[in-house]
Amino acid sequence: MVMRDETRMLLESMGRLFDDKCTKQIVDLAEKGSFPDELWRAVSETGVPLAALPESEGGADAEWSDLYAVLRVAGRYAAPIPLAETMLAGWIAAAAGLELTDQPMTVGPVRAGDRLTLERDGNGWRLSGRASRLPYARCARRIVLLADGPDGEMAVALDGTAGAEKTEGRNMAGEPRDTLSFSGLRLAADTAAPVRGGTTRAALYRRGALARATMMSGALERAMDLAVTYAQERQQFGRPISKFQAVQQNLAVLAGQTAAAVAAANVGIESLSRNDAEAEEFRVAIAKTRVGDAATLACEIAHQVHGAIGFTQEYALQLATRRLWSWREEFGADVEWAARLGTFVCARGADELWPTLSAP
Amino acid sequence: MAVPIFRFDPVELPPEAIVLRHEVRAFIKEHQHLMGFTRGEFNRDFSRAMGKRGWIGMTWPKQYGGHERSSFERYVVIEEMLVAGAPLSAHYTGDRQSGPNLLRFGTEEQKQFFLPKIAAGELTFCIGMSEPNSGSDLAGTRTRAVKVDGGYKINGSKLWTSNAHRADYAILFCKMAQEGQQELDRHAGATQFLLPLKSPGIDIRPVRNLLGEHHFNEVFLTDVFVPDWLLLGKERNGWNQVTSELSFERSAPDRFLVFFQVLREMLRMAGPHPDRATAAALGRLVAQLATLRSMSLSIAGMLQEGLQPNNESAVVKDLGTRYEQDIPVVARQLFPTEPELEAAETYVSMIARATMNAPRLSIQGGTREILRGIIARGLGLR
Repeated sequence: MVMRDETRMLLESMGRLFDDKCTKQIVDLAEKGSFPDELWRAVSETGVPLAALPESEGGADAEWSDLYAVLRVAGRYAAPIPLAETMLAGWIAAAAGLELTDQPMTVGPVRAGDRLTLERDGNGWRLSGRASRLPYARCARRIVLLADGPDGEMAVALDGTAGAEKTEGRNMAGEPRDTLSFSGLRLAADTAAPVRGGTTRAALYRRGALARATMMSGALERAMDLAVTYAQERQQFGRPISKFQAVQQNLAVLAGQTAAAVAAANVGIESLSRNDAEAEEFRVAIAKTRVGDAATLACEIAHQVHGAIGFTQEYALQLATRRLWSWREEFGADVEWAARLGTFVCARGADELWPTLSAP
Repeated sequence: MAVPIFRFDPVELPPEAIVLRHEVRAFIKEHQHLMGFTRGEFNRDFSRAMGKRGWIGMTWPKQYGGHERSSFERYVVIEEMLVAGAPLSAHYTGDRQSGPNLLRFGTEEQKQFFLPKIAAGELTFCIGMSEPNSGSDLAGTRTRAVKVDGGYKINGSKLWTSNAHRADYAILFCKMAQEGQQELDRHAGATQFLLPLKSPGIDIRPVRNLLGEHHFNEVFLTDVFVPDWLLLGKERNGWNQVTSELSFERSAPDRFLVFFQVLREMLRMAGPHPDRATAAALGRLVAQLATLRSMSLSIAGMLQEGLQPNNESAVVKDLGTRYEQDIPVVARQLFPTEPELEAAETYVSMIARATMNAPRLSIQGGTREILRGIIARGLGLR
């Protein structure tokens, strides 16, 4: 299947945008705590963050597969913005009829064990519970959270972290991961609404995991690009190290793992248009597991090929590898998704394995 | 980005391939008693039955006995057969590489003579590439052909020739003899022939594999006469032709389904409620398999578009054999047993067969090192 022209144009223009606005300097500054407003503005002006929404809601009815392809590009550039989080927050909030913004948003809970509850309080609500390690919570203008309400799952939209007990944290790539605790925070009636259109916690967890897997496939492309380029430039023993078979064989493995990661992420992305939660869960599990495995091996090789220079802050490889090491653990580590996948296929039975894998 | 990235664009199977899958499964059910595991069974009746169904030479032109179906349909037939452990040996080489090579380089006479017979499952081909001193280094072939009146006289030997003892023809790779001077170009003089294995001067001796089975042979050629009409393609164009033949061999979807049945038995051992560590170990294998299958389908899509996905095929074969060789490793961690070939329990005998068959997977059809060399060349490193 050839990529649609519109998709290709979108990816090329986003690539140019990140090339221009998401330099290493910008990423370095973001890691030191300065949010890249100009980058966010530029990305926001393309309409991509809310493009999945219907036109009536200010979106573009875009295909999720195209937006996830943009996430791969963002991953390639280590974009230090909550792009996936804003897409998912917009998806949940718009479905529930909550107010949207074109400013950075985040979404949660992002951890399987966290639980939030919403109780009625007169006309409004009270929010309790904990949402740990929310991406970019401190920079988000709106935080969209899923909570258990009296009659089922509810979506809640908060204007920032006010009223929450906030513990700031960061992942290994310096990306904000802030824990918010609520003990009966009072909210107005119109800040919460029942979830609609399948935007459940389980669905958020899946799509978050797939977002990370997809961003990782982009970061792997960057790591591979750097390693291959570096091996051709770096001279030792009178010739480029890329001329040594030992190095060539390692780079071939790196290329294979990178290709597998992109393909695995695509296995997950293909499920997004199906409206079939079970198929989506199965395919996202494949993606997050396989990409996680690829990242572990690929990071090792990319660093080995680079030698000492790859271990420095000055050189860009670490922008990719520190993200890969962080993202592989987020929205469920690969071991967690592998266990889900194994549990699923074992429950179906050995003789259903092939029919399941070969199902259209 | 400057560095080439191997692309595996996702493809979806067309509706006719989905219909076909059900027909293939019904056919396999009818022949269930012939299915096995890694035995490489050679069964001409089964091949003829597949030929009757139109499942050999599926993508070839109808004028040569083919069926003009898509690469996707062919893919579905092959993957179902591999998963079931069907006895494909009598036609698989012809279907996968000898036939396509004939289509590409053969004369009209050759195409009309050979292709309908291969597609009917009536003619078995084997591969005449490796030699005692020429394995990965195919250009080092020492088998020599000399032009004589009405044909060629060939001397030399071939090794690891699977099924030579029961095949009808080999596509023989050799070189035209040079008078005196040393060739600087190692590929010069390379030539391919369609060699009838019943020709006088051919001596075929078994080489048993480490399981004690007879698939391999050593083939000795002493003044073997091959008539002019059995020259394949052009004299001295053999390197170009054999490269093409290898790309047909390597782009087949059979590089990660050899041990599928072991994975299935592992699921049976695990039962419906495995503990978390067992589930995770099995889940990792399933994730690898699903990814490989998606990449391989993508290759079928490239073939359908008339592309030659040599680099992509090398990537899939390298990843595929790594995954397959991990299967018995994981199996013995999860469900240790004392493997025995003839054990009554399916799992126990399968682990024995898998353990002993594992080494060949990253050797046949291009060693792991050769494949990674191809990938490195694709990256622009060589």
